[in-house]
Amino acid sequence: MMNETLTTALAPLVDRSWDSFGMPVLELQVAQLMPVVQRLRTEFGFTLFLDVTTVDYPARQPRFDVVYHFMSAQHRSRVRLKLQVSEEAPVVPTLTGIFGSARYMEREVHDMYGIRFDGNADLRPILLYEGFVGHPLRKDYPMEQEQPIVPYRK
Amino acid sequence: MMEYLTTRKDDLVGWVRKFSLFPYPFVTACCGMEFMSVSSTLYDTDRFGAALPRFTPRQSDLLMVVGTVSHKQAQVIKKIYDQMCEPKWVMAFGACATSGGFYRNYAVLQGVDKVIPVDIYVPGCPPRPETVIDAILMLQEKIANDHHPILPYEQQTPPRV
Ligand code: SF4
Repeated sequence: MMNETLTTALAPLVDRSWDSFGMPVLELQVAQLMPVVQRLRTEFGFTLFLDVTTVDYPARQPRFDVVYHFMSAQHRSRVRLKLQVSEEAPVVPTLTGIFGSARYMEREVHDMYGIRFDGNADLRPILLYEGFVGHPLRKDYPMEQEQPIVPYRK
Repeated sequence: MMEYLTTRKDDLVGWVRKFSLFPYPFVTACCGMEFMSVSSTLYDTDRFGAALPRFTPRQSDLLMVVGTVSHKQAQVIKKIYDQMCEPKWVMAFGACATSGGFYRNYAVLQGVDKVIPVDIYVPGCPPRPETVIDAILMLQEKIANDHHPILPYEQQTPPRV
């Protein structure tokens, strides 16, 4: 089975791995991200970068989980990577060198959660706008706080 | 005599204007589906003289804000409103355009009346075509009973914000 081969081959690089509804989940250190993604792409045929997103656990240390999904059309399988990132230094390396499509997705995560992607040269707002203060998908962003661009009437 | 003439003039101009509404549909979200059914032959808004959408603000006098307006869209809608020639009216179509609807968050403008003046609000998520037709009729009534000064813009009363 593809999943077992993958988890055994990458076992030295990851902290923990488990199976989530048939999809292998690998939890790893930030430093291992680049080698793991590189090997996923070249050895295991995960040529499609599906998504990067973040989960905010306000009460936990470290606070954020950065979550990556990759897909292999060749093996018809997906894999999920999880990195724990702290609030004080929310920095992970960029994947733009391996997947060009990471550019926009990382910009979105930077907008919404304030995770910085080291090496991504263009982290301008993509869904938000210049001048927006804070990161709206962090759980401590006040739900009713608006930052209008056009001044309100009256 | 002069008094009588002015009143009749308002009636006449109001009657002309109320049956020649040229809507500009500013469609951003799901309410657009209901806008399509309103403009279909089944509901036939041409009966009320409001069926011919103009896709340029310069040629239209009814701005229909159909759907959710985000803070980023607010700049666009303000510009479109400013580009429309007087006289102009605005319809907030659906709960989102009226009040932000259930989107109470960082992204959504809580009602278009925060940035442009609105003449008529249409409730519903999305509103039924009958509601929209009712709103058009109410707007026409408003136009018919309005004062229609033929004056330079600066002298018009009351000034529109
Ligand atoms: S009022 Fe309802 S149907 Fe209309 S745009 Fe908002 S969510 Fe969609």
